[in-house]
Amino acid sequence: MEHAVEVRNLVVRRGTNDVLRGLSCTIAKGAVTGLLGPSGSGKTTLMRCIVGVQKIRSGTVEVFGEPAGSRNLRRRMGYMTQAPSVYADLTVRENARYFASLYGIGAAKADAAVSDVGLATAAGQLVSTLSGGQRARASLACALVSQPELLVLDEPTVGQDPVLRNELWDRFRALAAAGTTLIVSSHVMDEASRCDRLLLIRAGDLIADDSPAAVRQAAGTDDLDEAFLRLVLARDEEKAGAH
Amino acid sequence: MSPRLTLLTAARILRQLRHDKRTIAMIIVIPTVLLTLLRYLFEDQPLIFDRIGLVMLGVFPLVIMFLLTSVAMLRERTSGTLERLLTTPIGKADILFGYGLAFAVAAAVQGVIASVLAYWLLGLDTLGAQWLVIVIAIANAVLGVALGLFFSAFANSEFQAVQFMPAVILPQVLLCGLFTPRAAMATWLQAISDVFPMSYAVEALQEVGANVDPTGRMWRDVAIILGCVIVALAAGAATLRRRTA
Repeated sequence: MEHAVEVRNLVVRRGTNDVLRGLSCTIAKGAVTGLLGPSGSGKTTLMRCIVGVQKIRSGTVEVFGEPAGSRNLRRRMGYMTQAPSVYADLTVRENARYFASLYGIGAAKADAAVSDVGLATAAGQLVSTLSGGQRARASLACALVSQPELLVLDEPTVGQDPVLRNELWDRFRALAAAGTTLIVSSHVMDEASRCDRLLLIRAGDLIADDSPAAVRQAAGTDDLDEAFLRLVLARDEEKAGAH
Repeated sequence: MSPRLTLLTAARILRQLRHDKRTIAMIIVIPTVLLTLLRYLFEDQPLIFDRIGLVMLGVFPLVIMFLLTSVAMLRERTSGTLERLLTTPIGKADILFGYGLAFAVAAAVQGVIASVLAYWLLGLDTLGAQWLVIVIAIANAVLGVALGLFFSAFANSEFQAVQFMPAVILPQVLLCGLFTPRAAMATWLQAISDVFPMSYAVEALQEVGANVDPTGRMWRDVAIILGCVIVALAAGAATLRRRTA
């Protein structure tokens, strides 16, 4: 399978702390890759490297064969940050239309993106008056609006009710089926089962890179939460043994 | 740089302003109230109002726009929208000049209203043409916009941003020739005054106040103001970093 993203020996240091410690991985085209790990493990930092806004100490990140952050890549990517990055003093529709216009995309498609995330009835509302979950969806609409080949979504389903979360995942699956590459971070394990591949990150290290079924099998449990825990413990023991 | 993306961004910022009615009201009301206070402070000395009121027509909008734009740009950075913008096709200069353009429109509205009030209700009198005063007042406000955008790059919080006003603007007010004519200052103060853009903003207004026809010095001052605007906006764009820690 062809790769959309290739990360090699990536090191990111913040202060004296290594946030990513020589991480290498590849991300397949036209699939949903889940980035899992506890808060502070380096998920967001890895995503920022892929979209090209993170200072890197060493290593390389290539997206569609070009260095991450290249000018050409910016037309082909959509990024949703963890905190909803939309203008609070604009309406949902105005936000979507502005971000669409940066790609030369018209108002009709922007409005469609707003409907796609279930905000059609709130389209004329100022973002500052929305609930946290609605705000996150407004932010998601602004990432979807350019119909990018690569979507990087940092915790897109936080604060959404189960029905909506399910709908959003159906949409992600449909986008992947149509050829879009998605990188989705989450710390909810029940979402992990809907990914084609999982990258488990802990303290800046990649501790698993496999399909959900293979992760379950490797850990010897059907419960992904439990599987993650077992992999972490196995890794810690391995390290303790090495010392 | 893309004129289309610059215009789209300016339109977006004006749309944001439009949703903030109180800010619009303050942009219009604050300089008019201050000028009115000044007028009645010198009720029996209309010549003094002609001198100080004229200069304040340039200073008030500069100060207000400096504060507004430095906070607006800081919000763009802290809300994460700047990071998102930097992953889209828009260029850094498009963002900065978009801000410059949007607030220039707000500055023009403010400059026109304050000048009209000063001339027709408060009895301001200048030897030179009124339209020139209005144009220079707008140019000064745009200078405030550009300086605000530039200095906001050095602030990490609103606390820091608002303190750039006394740090950057007040020294310029002190040395611009309003309190002591620039020629009467100590040489080293004059040297500092020479590199402050506001000195030229004030001098341009004083030239219109004292001469019937536009003078060469006034045009030179206006050119310096516009030059400072372009330099500050370009420098502001250069300080934006696509990659951050």
